Amino acid sequence: MLLARVIGNIVATQKNQRYEGTRVMLCRQITPSGEDLEYTCIALDSVNSGEGDIVVIVQEGWSASTASTGKAGAAIDSAIVGVVDYIDLLPNEK
Amino acid sequence: MQIARVIGTVVATVKNESLHGRKFLIVQTLNADLKAKGEPIVALDAVGAGVGELVFWCRGKEASFPFKRDETPTDCTIVGIIDSDAHVFNP
Repeated sequence: MLLARVIGNIVATQKNQRYEGTRVMLCRQITPSGEDLEYTCIALDSVNSGEGDIVVIVQEGWSASTASTGKAGAAIDSAIVGVVDYIDLLPNEK
Repeated sequence: MQIARVIGTVVATVKNESLHGRKFLIVQTLNADLKAKGEPIVALDAVGAGVGELVFWCRGKEASFPFKRDETPTDCTIVGIIDSDAHVFNP
């Protein structure tokens, strides 16, 4: 799973039926100490996250589909499954 | 599956219902020489691992099998704790 910051959301009126009622978020991967990385991705929200939140993203089809739509089998490969309160790191890893 | 060092914990009060009671840890994946490889990622704990320990993790759908396999959304799960650095035999 990735640590990421929600940097925005995406509005798509026309999308796959199975995405009905989901929120599509734009996310950027970060390091545990909070620095931005290059990698960005789109993930479906399952925990009511918002712009600026640090989140945990699962990147596996079945997990992402069940977490965000409640059913398996949707064409989804990334979902936000947690909003991070804080991160405790070993002192020498900061 | 990959060897990794647990370098931190993630506290998330709001998370997917199926993840309630589960522990998120930050792991730094290591190569066969136990040198860091890539960026740290978040893993779900299935064996009671703690910060500082050497572990190995499993990726993909199979990562949810240690838990309620039809419910738990995870793509990275810690499935073993390596006894010590000296227990990685790399001739």
